[in-house]
Amino acid sequence: MLYREAGDFKTSYRDDAQTFPIRFDRRGYYALLAVAAAVVPFVINDYWANAVFVPFLIYAIAALGLNILTGYCGQVSLGTGGFMAVGAYAMYKLMTAFPEVSVLIHVLLAGGITAAVGVLFGLPSLRIKGFYLAVATLAAQFFLVWLFNKVPWFYNYSASGQITAPERTVLGWYVTGPQTTAATKYLICLGFVFLLAWIARNLTRGTAGRRWMAIRDMDIAAEIIGVNPLTTKLSAFAVSSFFIGVAGALFFSVYLGAAEVGEAFGINKSFLVLFMVIIGGLGSIFGSFAGAAFLVLLPVFLKNVLGGVLGWPTDLAAHIELMIVGALIVGFLIAEPHGLAQLWRLAKEKLRLWPFPH
Amino acid sequence: MLPDQMLFAMEVTLNGLMAGVMYALVALGFVLIFKASGIFNYAQGVLALFAALTLVGIQQGQVPFAHLINAVFGTDLHHFGWTLPAVLALALTALVMIGLAWLIERLVLKHLVNQPAIILFMATIGLAYFLEGLGDVMWGADIKTLDVGLPQGISEAVETATASLFGYGFFIDRLDMVATVVAAILVLSLTLFSQYSRQGRALRAVADDHQAALSVGISLRFIWVLVWSIAGIVALVAGVMWGTKSGVQFSLSLIALKALPVLMLGGFTSIPGAIVGGLIIGMGEKLFEFFAGPLIGGATENWFAYVLALLFLVVRPQGLFGERIIERV
Repeated sequence: MLYREAGDFKTSYRDDAQTFPIRFDRRGYYALLAVAAAVVPFVINDYWANAVFVPFLIYAIAALGLNILTGYCGQVSLGTGGFMAVGAYAMYKLMTAFPEVSVLIHVLLAGGITAAVGVLFGLPSLRIKGFYLAVATLAAQFFLVWLFNKVPWFYNYSASGQITAPERTVLGWYVTGPQTTAATKYLICLGFVFLLAWIARNLTRGTAGRRWMAIRDMDIAAEIIGVNPLTTKLSAFAVSSFFIGVAGALFFSVYLGAAEVGEAFGINKSFLVLFMVIIGGLGSIFGSFAGAAFLVLLPVFLKNVLGGVLGWPTDLAAHIELMIVGALIVGFLIAEPHGLAQLWRLAKEKLRLWPFPH
Repeated sequence: MLPDQMLFAMEVTLNGLMAGVMYALVALGFVLIFKASGIFNYAQGVLALFAALTLVGIQQGQVPFAHLINAVFGTDLHHFGWTLPAVLALALTALVMIGLAWLIERLVLKHLVNQPAIILFMATIGLAYFLEGLGDVMWGADIKTLDVGLPQGISEAVETATASLFGYGFFIDRLDMVATVVAAILVLSLTLFSQYSRQGRALRAVADDHQAALSVGISLRFIWVLVWSIAGIVALVAGVMWGTKSGVQFSLSLIALKALPVLMLGGFTSIPGAIVGGLIIGMGEKLFEFFAGPLIGGATENWFAYVLALLFLVVRPQGLFGERIIERV
């Protein structure tokens, strides 16, 4: 009787169009936000922040970005790692060139730079479609990684070729560098996730989102009814790359602290984020979070079980982990090709009828 | 007498062409599966790695899963203590690959019929992860040398012949020459098989139209097992060549990434496209590295192929020999 629209009277169009039309959902959402913002920072420790929460939040941003491009606009991209690298290196260059400017602005600027690069590599999408495009985005991945490796300007001519985040503060709290506490790392990522998820949700249900979905469902038909493929596809690339750039900037500056491009932003990162989107659910904001949570938690869980409980040697555990991840992905695709978001949707439908399903 | 620079460029071109043949070997497996089932099989590179690992394991009489068994039961197994002749090991590995194809069809593809192409693509990436882990668990992750009696090293005959002709000896790897011959035989036999055998005709029918093929009584599932077996054997050939060249190790699975631009260039559905695409990519990247590499920092081979293919696709979206894409509302 909790999960009903009944009795929750909408008196304005604004109310009618809200994201959570069911009161229970709405309250759950506010409760979750309150716990995330007011409880977790006080109980979080370094292990939980570094192994679970911070990577989850950052990957959630990247997954949101890729979901906008692939799930909403239908353009499969394998260049996510490369775009994250753009975000990270833009962040590094900005942080070292303008130390007096707040890092919050740097993160957004890094996102903007990535958006510009994304548009550039999105241009071929007007000619190339489907898998040809997916493979073409690999060009971005390999070229960008090579570029950041080979041009010393990008890593400020450091001897190791690595980029290291200098120490910066927000409101007197360290957010980058070794003095950062688990709680501040977590909170800054949470802030960006909240902001970007809100933007993504509202973009995808507005005009822009409808254009993207029209292009995804059938681009020629969409063009005939007046959706401009040029601006639509490129805007999807721009918004998606902005998100991914922000994720890359945070990943480097807040989470890793120091990064080497081939290792941190290689092709595996592209596949990882794509898996998150697919397992979470294409074309779903909730799915981006669910997929990110699943693929961040799974390795942590497996590592603890295989290495910790069974006590197997680490290399063997790593290989078995690979097998289990692979098998789970295949199994998941067989069981529910529309992802965790679809399971969630079904559960909600059932809940609405519960306890009288007939 | 040709100038030295020119001769050197010629040598680079030749070597590039031969490297291209190696890429084409991997691309061939992709094309076969894509044609017959519309599946973009990312696992092709890992199949090659798995085949090479299995070949080495069988040949040297390793105990499969030794590492795992030792960890669980505290035993100390590693080898059976025999070595098999190369031919027998190759045949056994081919059998393993056919069994693997059957299992993949049974456990994965059967359940994913009629799913969108992206889901199938992701499933093959999952499969790639799984096989990568399985190969390592079965045979161990250390770098192995693969030796089935293929000639290696620089061919002296070519060197002396070109030295007497141009006054400059070309360095050509004998293994590359063997690979070229093997690739030619492979393509020829695949063409003959698909043109003149009953199964080959069925294969082409399936490639043309799944439903029409089903309605004339062709078993789709048998064809899929068949085509994955063939792709597995092609992967074995590629695995042998690459494994002999650079050792059997994880990086072998990354040759799939080299094969992708080859596919884009040649078209996803064309066997000659895979060969021609491979040759263009192989030659192009070697020449580019030779001329432009020193100017811009080298190691351009990682991305040049992709950028070349990308630029080419902008002009011709279906690749060189791909089927023309006709879109209707």
